[in-house]
Amino acid sequence: MRFMFKTDYEDDIKLFPHSGYIVTYGVLLALLLIAPHVLSSYLMSQLVFVCIYAIVGVALLILTGFTGQASLGHAAFLAIGAYTAAYLQKYNVPFPVYFLAAGLLTGIIGAMVGFPALRLTGIYLVIATISFALIVEEILARWESVTHGNEGMRVKALSLLGVTVPRDSPTFYYLCLAVLVLTIVGTLNLLRSPTGRAFVAIRDSETAARSMGVNVALYKVKSFAISAAITGFAGVLFAHKLSFISPEMFTLQLSIEFIIVILIGGTFSLHGAVLGAIFIVMIDPFLTYLKDDMPGIIAGIAAAFGAGTTTAGNIQANVAAFASLNGLKGAIYGIIIVLFVLFEPLGLYGRWLKIKLFFQLFPLYKRATFKRQKIYVKSERNR
Amino acid sequence: MLDFVQQLVSGVALGCVYGLIALGFVLVYKATEVVNFAQGDLMMLGGFFAFTFIGMMGLNYWLGFAGAVAAMALFGMVAERVVVRPILGYPQFSIIMVTIGLGYFLRSVAGMIWGTDDLKIDTPFSQGVLRMGSLVLAYDKLSVIAATMILCTLLWLFFNKTMLGTAMRASSENMLAAYYMGIPVKRVVSVVWAISAAVATCAGVLLAPITFIHSNVGLVLGLKAFPAAVLGGFGSIPGAVVGGVLIGVIESMAGFYLPEGGRTSRPTSCCSPCCS
Repeated sequence: MRFMFKTDYEDDIKLFPHSGYIVTYGVLLALLLIAPHVLSSYLMSQLVFVCIYAIVGVALLILTGFTGQASLGHAAFLAIGAYTAAYLQKYNVPFPVYFLAAGLLTGIIGAMVGFPALRLTGIYLVIATISFALIVEEILARWESVTHGNEGMRVKALSLLGVTVPRDSPTFYYLCLAVLVLTIVGTLNLLRSPTGRAFVAIRDSETAARSMGVNVALYKVKSFAISAAITGFAGVLFAHKLSFISPEMFTLQLSIEFIIVILIGGTFSLHGAVLGAIFIVMIDPFLTYLKDDMPGIIAGIAAAFGAGTTTAGNIQANVAAFASLNGLKGAIYGIIIVLFVLFEPLGLYGRWLKIKLFFQLFPLYKRATFKRQKIYVKSERNR
Repeated sequence: MLDFVQQLVSGVALGCVYGLIALGFVLVYKATEVVNFAQGDLMMLGGFFAFTFIGMMGLNYWLGFAGAVAAMALFGMVAERVVVRPILGYPQFSIIMVTIGLGYFLRSVAGMIWGTDDLKIDTPFSQGVLRMGSLVLAYDKLSVIAATMILCTLLWLFFNKTMLGTAMRASSENMLAAYYMGIPVKRVVSVVWAISAAVATCAGVLLAPITFIHSNVGLVLGLKAFPAAVLGGFGSIPGAVVGGVLIGVIESMAGFYLPEGGRTSRPTSCCSPCCS
């Protein structure tokens, strides 16, 4: 077990607390860099989606995880980013310009959403962001001169410095990865700056933050703006990856998916965004795999345990019928959300920390370390 | 003028259904300060139960109705016990996510069991109409309005005049203090979930003749009923019904008088800025 002695403030805010981190993340980055030469094109495409979802996850973490402001409207920010890119691209604006413009515009709109949200807390903030998302969806469908309404918009392949980057090329993947890494590093820097500390203070106690001299209104708006801007960047990449965007892609469903990303990953650390993104993107191929291969495997197991050929065949047919039921994906989604909130509120990253702590403290680990305290409901109405 | 009254009545009837679903939101919120995003799906499930009892098993309408209400009350209790109680008191956000997850689950499972077709329940009110001069009002709509009035009054009386209702209000204000006063908070919460599921079932069954029952009806109507609850002030039983009726009437009038395009009402959009 490693003991870390922090002797000054610089030690406390180091990006890499010790050399182990550099090695681990170096290896991870190297693996990600060689991934296009190893993985199949389908998995590469999923990996690009992991990057995009993780960027949105980081954005949502800044707002929800670190500032404590829930949002069910991030699909709208993503849509604004995507549509800005698609619209500017028609006028041959170069990629870096519209990439930044999309982020800027989304950030401004995020700040504008942040202002009315200052007065709202908890459930009402959730409603306000849902309605913002519905308004944006409706505007996208109706403002036909710009967005082509429900017909959607075609997004041309990205061209960077005169080179065309097709959406399934390794270069596009590297671009997404670069944006993700930059976002994460930028966010880490943000979080160890006074701004980030102010965010966390607001999350933990607004009253305490205010009494320590934090301008709560300003920092909430900042948090909204930053979160929205990052989501806008992700929106540009999303538009290029899909190469076609229409209003019905950016529904409440997508916002909920983003929330699931950080909920499953863990809302207290940036690792959570990435882990959650991997989970939510990879669940699709996994379910498909289950659907195709699971019946055979289960029948094989049954046969190994001495079931007759007909029984095994029956089992296979039944499992296959069950696996191809229509709503199975929704049901599994629902169960996963419920189970995570009930049993793993710290998310996948929390589980990883528990496992790590178990080995660090080996014979002395106590389950009670992460036990939740009993909390009683106290009305928020009379605040 | 006649058109106006017709539209008004059908708007009020639709609004009453929103109001009934909104009542479910309000009940749970009033007693536990939890927002149950699966309320619409409880309504959908109630409708399916009633369909099973009445349409498939051929029970009498009223018997089937009562059976569905009882079954759903039990279901509400079980859902509360399994899903909500372990995290009662944790940040709002966790509970919202849990109920969203529960909604997903119920919707998919209902889709698996009852299929994705629109189902219809035959009710005693499905056919007849009430004629007053040249005004023609369908019984199914009047029945919804009447049932909503009755339920709303009963619930209002229950919350304001009975011991149990007072206990519910107390436990939502401050759960710990309610414990100190000897209120069995856990049981109270169970009961309130049972009641709200039962109210949702009433909404589902009454709705069946107007719009059909399918597995997504809960999501659609839940999203419309939610603003109704917000409009009415979230903690108020008559408020929820008034909010629901307002939204129903606006929707029905907009459908009749506004040009094509203004018809899809998005009530969430119009009423949330006023809800702080």
